[in-house]
Parts: sequence; C-alpha cells; structure tokens
Amino acid sequence: MLTKLTGGKVYDPAHGINGEVRDIWIRDGRIVAAPGNEQASQEYDLNGKVVMAGAIDMHTHIGGGKVNIARSLLPEDHRGDPVERHGLMRAGCGHAAPSTLTTGYRYAEMGYTAGFEPAVLPINARQAHHEMADVPLMDVGGYVMLGSDDYFLRMLQAGKSQEEINNYVAWTIHSSQCIGVKVVNPGGISAFKFNQRSLDLDEQHVYYGVTPRKVLQTLARAVHELGVPHPLHVHGCNLGVPGNMETTLNTITGIEGLPMHLTHIQFHSYGTEGDRKFSSGAAQIAEAFNRNKNITMDVGQILFGATVTASGDSQRQFANAGHAHNGKWVVMDIECDAGCGVVPFKYKDKNFVNALQWAIGLEIFLLAEDPWRIFLTTDHPNGAPFTMYPHLIKLLTNKSFRNDMLATINPEAAALSTLGTLDREYSLYEIAIMTRAGAARLLGLKDRGHLGVGAGADITVYTEQEDKEAMFAKPDYVFKDGELVVKHGEVVKIVWGNVHTVKPEFDRGPVEKDLNEYFDKYLTMKLDNFIIRNEEIEMDGRSKIIVHPCGRV
Amino acid sequence: MTDSSSQIWENVPSPFCGIASDDLKIQVTGNEIKVLANGDAITVAGFEQPITDTLPRVGGKTVTLEEAVAAAAGYLRDARLPLFSGFGTDVNDTRAALSLADHCGGVMDKSRAEASLRNLLVLSDTGWVATTLGELKNRVEVLVVFGSDIEADFPRFYERLIWNKETLFGQDTAKREIIYIGRPPSGNASTAPDGRKALVLPCPMESYPEIAAALNAVARGVSLQVETIGGLAVTELRAVIDKLKTAKYSVVTWSAGHLNYPHAELTIQQLCQAIVAINQSGETRAAVLPLGGQDGHRTASQVFAWQTGYPGRISYARGYPEFDPYHYSMSKLLANGEADVLVWVATLNARQTPPVVAIPSIVIGRSGMVFEQEPSVYIPVGAPGIDHAGHMYRCDNVVSMPLKKLRDSGLPSGAEVLKEIEMTL
Repeated sequence: MLTKLTGGKVYDPAHGINGEVRDIWIRDGRIVAAPGNEQASQEYDLNGKVVMAGAIDMHTHIGGGKVNIARSLLPEDHRGDPVERHGLMRAGCGHAAPSTLTTGYRYAEMGYTAGFEPAVLPINARQAHHEMADVPLMDVGGYVMLGSDDYFLRMLQAGKSQEEINNYVAWTIHSSQCIGVKVVNPGGISAFKFNQRSLDLDEQHVYYGVTPRKVLQTLARAVHELGVPHPLHVHGCNLGVPGNMETTLNTITGIEGLPMHLTHIQFHSYGTEGDRKFSSGAAQIAEAFNRNKNITMDVGQILFGATVTASGDSQRQFANAGHAHNGKWVVMDIECDAGCGVVPFKYKDKNFVNALQWAIGLEIFLLAEDPWRIFLTTDHPNGAPFTMYPHLIKLLTNKSFRNDMLATINPEAAALSTLGTLDREYSLYEIAIMTRAGAARLLGLKDRGHLGVGAGADITVYTEQEDKEAMFAKPDYVFKDGELVVKHGEVVKIVWGNVHTVKPEFDRGPVEKDLNEYFDKYLTMKLDNFIIRNEEIEMDGRSKIIVHPCGRV
Repeated sequence: MTDSSSQIWENVPSPFCGIASDDLKIQVTGNEIKVLANGDAITVAGFEQPITDTLPRVGGKTVTLEEAVAAAAGYLRDARLPLFSGFGTDVNDTRAALSLADHCGGVMDKSRAEASLRNLLVLSDTGWVATTLGELKNRVEVLVVFGSDIEADFPRFYERLIWNKETLFGQDTAKREIIYIGRPPSGNASTAPDGRKALVLPCPMESYPEIAAALNAVARGVSLQVETIGGLAVTELRAVIDKLKTAKYSVVTWSAGHLNYPHAELTIQQLCQAIVAINQSGETRAAVLPLGGQDGHRTASQVFAWQTGYPGRISYARGYPEFDPYHYSMSKLLANGEADVLVWVATLNARQTPPVVAIPSIVIGRSGMVFEQEPSVYIPVGAPGIDHAGHMYRCDNVVSMPLKKLRDSGLPSGAEVLKEIEMTL
C-alpha cells in the first residue's frame, strides 16, 4: 500500500529541513522516494500541518522491577487517574507510575513512537523486557546497568585488561538484549551494601578499593572500544547533594575526552552558595558542556506535582528517603548485581529547593548551545511524568509563559535564578532535534528520528498552534511503521513495536567459561538461564528484535 | 536409568519450589517425567504429576476444545460479575487471563491473595528495605525467621542459600546464625553442617504482634518497662537486636502464609520498621526478605501490577481496574452471592483446585486435577515449564526464569485457551 502525506510543513533536522513544505511517501512501513506516476491508495492532506518524525524518549522508566515496585507502592496515585477500557484500548491506570498499556497509549497520543528504559539490571532484564513487551504502539530498548555488579568490580580490583572487561561488557549487552550501557552511582550501589553511605568520585570502595572515577573510565572505554553507538550513560555520584556540581565537572574532565552521556544532569548541577547552601550550578555545567564536545546530556527536568522517583541508586535513595511523600519508600539490595530505591516525591513550587531545581533544569536547557547533544527528559517519572512533556516544551519555546511561571515559584529561589534573564526560545526545529533527530543519532538508530527515504515510517503530524503545550499534547495523526495508529488524539489501531538492540562483536569463549563457574558457585541461577534468548522476546509474535550495527574502533 | 526413547534435560528451573532452583536434571520418556537430580518433595510432585485428562468436559461430559470454549464463553456472556481466581500461572497465562477479565468486567483474585496482602499492605503503607536470594547467599551473617516454617514451603532454602560452601566475600558460612522466633522449624534444614541447631525463641502465634512491636521498639532504642513480652524475656529480644546490629549484614524473613491471623500485616510492618531503624542508625546494614508466592502466585502478582497498577484484588467491573483488598476477595464475593461465574485458572499445580461453589465454574487447570465438585466447564491444559515454554518469577520478585518445554503432550496452554475464549466473546 502506498500512502502520501501531502503538503505538510516538515521539520526533519537530520536532513536540514526546517519547516519546508514537502510531500512524504510511505510504502510497507518505510518512507520511500516519490514514486513517479503511481497513485497513492491513501492520501492525507497536511496543508497547514507540522510534520516531524515520531518522537523518541531516550530516558524513561517504563519497565522493570523498580517500576513495578513503584506501581505497588502507589495505589492512591492510580486511584486518582483510572483509565477505562475504551475503543481499542484496554483498561489501566495513569499518572506517575502508569500501567504498561496506558504508558503506550499515552505516549502514542503525544506523538512518541519510541522509549528507552535506562536502568535495566542484568539480573532483572527479563522483567524489563516482559513489561516493555506489554507497552503497545512504541519501539523500546534498554540500557543495561553495570558498575556496581560484583563481577565487574572484582575484575577492576584484579587489574583485568581492558580487553577482558570489554568482553564482559559485550557479553552482558548480548545477554540482556540491550542497546546501551548505563552506570548508576558508579560503585556506590555496591558500597551501600558494605554500609558505605556515600562514595565521591575519588573515594575508594571499602571492599574492592576501586574509585568511581576508575569505574567510569573503564566502562566508557569499553563501550567506546566495542563500537556501541550510545556512549556510556552516566548517572553520576552524589545525586541530589548540594555542591555535586563540582563532582559533575570533575566527572567531565575525568573521562579524558571519551564519549559520555550524563543523564538527568539537573540533579547533578547543584552549588552551595547562599544562606541555604543550595544554589544553581547550571552556568558552570552548561559552560563545561559547551566546551566538551564528547559530552551529551539529558536534563531530567522537574515539574511541580506529586510523582515517584524510581532509581537504581539505592545508596542515594536511602539517603533521600526522609523526603518521601506520604512517608513510604522502598530500598533493595539486589543479587550482588545492583540495587534500587523507590521514593514517592512531591515537588512544590513554593518550596525553595524544589523551585530552584525547576529553575536549574530550565537554565541548563537554555544555556546549552548545541541541541544535538542535549535531550528533553523529565527522567520519567523521577522529575515528572512523561505526560508533562508538552508543558515542558511550552516552557522552552515561550519566554513570556516561562517568566509568568517564574513569578509564581518560591520568591527566594526565583531571585537566585538567572532564568528571568535568559531570552532564548527553542524553535520547532530545535525541539525536533532534541526529541527526534538527536536522540536517534545518539542511540545509533539509523532508520528512526528522521523522514528521509528508507526511514521507518514513524511520523507525527501536529496542527501548528501558538500554544505549544496544546499543540504537542494532541497531534492530528501518528503513524507507527507506516500504520495510522492515532487520529485526532484517539488511538485507532494497536500495533506492537520493535526491540532495539546492539550485539557488539566479542570473544564469548573465555568470558563465558569464567562466568559459568562464577554463576554456579556464587549466584542463584545458571548462566544458561540468565541469558535472554531471542525467541523469549519474539515468541508470541508481537515484538521484533532489531540489531543495530556497532562500529568497532 | 534411561532408555533410548528418553531424553535428559539439565539446568531445568523448578516453577514449584519457590526459590526457582534451576539445577534440576530431568528425564522425559513420552509423557512421563522423572526428576533425576536436585528434586525436593514439592518439585518432584510438581514435575512428576501424571497427565490424566486430555479432553475438556462440560457438565461432566467429554467434549471437544471448541465446544468447551464455546460453553465457557456462553457462561461469561451471561455473567454480571465473573470472578477469576486460582493463579497458579506463568507470565503468558496471566496476561491472557487479565485480557479476558478486562473484556468481561470481571474481578481478579488469587487463592494465595490473603497471604500476599499481608506483605503488600505493608509495602504500600510504609515500604521496606529488602534483599534478594543472591545477597542472602553471599552476605547474611544472622538470619531471623519470624513465625514461619521456611523449609515446609521452600525445601531447598537452607541448602542453596545458607549452607552454601563459598561466598563472594570470604565468609565462613558454617558460622551463620539462625534464629527462629515463634514456631520452631519442622525439620533440620536450618541446622548448620557442624550440627549446630538454630536458636529458637518459642512463643505462641497470639504473641507475634507484641513481640514484633517490641523488636521494633528495641531497635529504635526505646527502653521497655516490662521484663517479658509474649512469653519471651525482653533481654532475649534485645540480644536478637544486638546480633542484628553487630552483624555486617543481617536478614529478617517470614513466609506470609504462615502468619495466618487477622491483621498480620501490622506484625510484618513492625519487623520492617525495625530493619529500617537498624539501617538508619548508620551502624550496619540489614534487610527483610518477604517469602511467599509459590505455585506461580508471585508471577501473577507481577503481571497484574504492570498491566493494571495493582498486584491483586482488582475489579474491572466499572471498566477500569479498581483495587480493594477487602471487597474483591473471592471468599467474600462467593459468600455474599455477588459473583455469578467462577473462572479458576491454575496451570502449574494440579492440586490447586477450586472451592465448592453454588455458581457455574469454569476451570482452566493443569491436567491431573481431581475435583471435589465437577466444574461446569473443565479445560485441562499443560503446565508451563513442562508442556510449553514460559516465564516465572521467583519469591524475591527480582529474578524471572525461562521455563522450558520438556515434552510434547499436545495439551494446549492456559494462555491459548483463554485467548480462544476471549475471541469467542
């Protein structure tokens, strides 16, 4: 079937197309060149509409153990947002920790066609895939967490070669069916199990004697040398600690030019100035970002309201548990592999710290010069639920709206922030970079995030409106792999997305020999049962695994 | 002994033993299964359960699968409030049951829900600091077992996780201390290899709440004005807390099914808060390990949670999932006559049979079930991990195991049958 999208105003930054009127042709789920004389069997008149590739959320907690703990922790939140069975859509729940089904519908209704779970514990990867398989209408993928797992720390302690470590990293990516590698509080999750309550960049882990700096350098090098397109995804040390800006700056210089992605940077950009010893480090962080082209980052913007923070960082989550909304929280030590912490949170605009966090995130967005290296996230649900993205887009694209909001927050925080002096307004082209072209490039998704010939036909069509929140909340049409799945904000067809992975080359023999023995002696399952086989994911015919190429350095 | 028509499987995971031991050696000869190595009473019974029925029945008469599906769909079409229970399932069976219940506005309960709610109510009220089997195996120095006979439900718990020879951090596992509070263990699994018995602080179940509260108080440094609580000396309880505080890593565990009295969640909450306090003291680390979830119960809870937001006791009657731990209990809905069809889904354990009911019942159950009351519709199905591939979750929620297909019995899976019923609707 040939489909034609006629006369839309196209924003396709991967091809430098900035709001030009273009036709787009789709056949068999792909974007194709204009086919000469052949007539389209379906045509959509997009005159006056804005056309972009489907949006990609490159950091969103949509599946895995900690998300399911968050769900079980929050019955009262679900009660506030019940989702009825409606049309093609199954029943579920929404708001902060939505059901998998509702997650897929709501993303699609906003024009998102892919989401990446950033904290896949190797031992819990199967669950992450189970949950992501139940997210309809979206492509998915995961970043596997390393850096606090006993096996890796033991390798570092023993001075194993980079080559041996690369093999282990590659083996873990394969076994967990992931597309990238993440490190969370490098070594710190493990340190917490040894009763070490904090771990700064150059502090030694009490048992293994290694430092977070060493963990970061080794893992960043491994990811780079394996040719995995997505750089090491880093949730740094000292999340949420006033003054952690210094740690973040040292992390940037400490990586010695290797590609590195700093995630939810807002939570790592705090200074210690002022009476309250809490201030914005946005200017310094943005300055370092602008100077160091090897660095990419997503913001993890907070937006006001109740939500839940679900993180692999058991150490920091335990430290922050005193702030838990409604006084309940969960922290877990997990399988000598990782950990997690789930802490409900309520960000209040009249609270000094929360208000300043809000301003810091926005300052970073506005001071970061290169939209190809910064990404629009709320670290769903940690800073805010993903359903607030349209509101965030409005804050970024509309200075007067932003200043109106600034006038309503805690006045002390507002006075300390430079936000009011920042005139920048993101353009639609820049929004398309941050949420599409840049995200796809960052992850190595060659056929997503753009509208060129050969791309998977994930396409979102909006009505251009002055109110960008309204515009981005409810697109006119969303196509997933060429199928119209959302029309005027209503899901009209259910399809199931792809699972994006990489499978870097490596030497399986030696690493598996040693790991086999390690699993048998120390862990609670066989290596053979740990590895997630393709058929487990593809068995029921819904999900399809896509393997993206790695360019070995 | 094997013959030429037999096949041997290694590293087979057990969906039955609660801790998902995956070192089983199994022999399959036709439809007959024999556990050759590393079985335990529960696992052997689970695997070696013979196939009895292969054909569905409606009203006690043998019918084709299509006829049985049509009959089940007929009952559901007429039902005002279908009640789903059992569970007893793997991931795909649970997915299919949720889809069907969503479709027909049913209530979802589980036969083990009463036990698991004791944990879930604590989770959603205050939370906890928890651990998993792998951490236990490598780190625990002191294990406190509260009011539970672990080895009765988890026969290999001690062998695999406590008396393991080696640990990652050089601990001498033979020195591990096991303390039972409440009921003593039924066997000797908790006895150390050198013959050292677990310390037992015996007390009746009626005392559990106050003893748990006293432990929490002591952990928080509160001085108690009495000398004994629930039959135990306060000095003994203080000694337990002291042991937890001096150990580098300690674990408090219980099996919620054994804390079988009203509002046992309050007891569990006190234990959890005691462990929170020990962690908050900064002196050392400790964690809880809530055990339970056998027969695929934990698996069902997980899938319920990710598809609906709630791990159990859900009603779709209003069109969206509603959670009510009190109203949506199977026994209540049966007793007060609200439910008008019972759909019993139990695909792992053939002994997990439905209660006797006064309403029509549809059973999608593992072949081998023996009923006290012939169901209106019975569709025998295969077991995940034996008759088809699948996935299960272990008692600590974190690890899920791939389950293998070991034989070609020709039995449909629960998921296939449930999907057929939904399609027919």
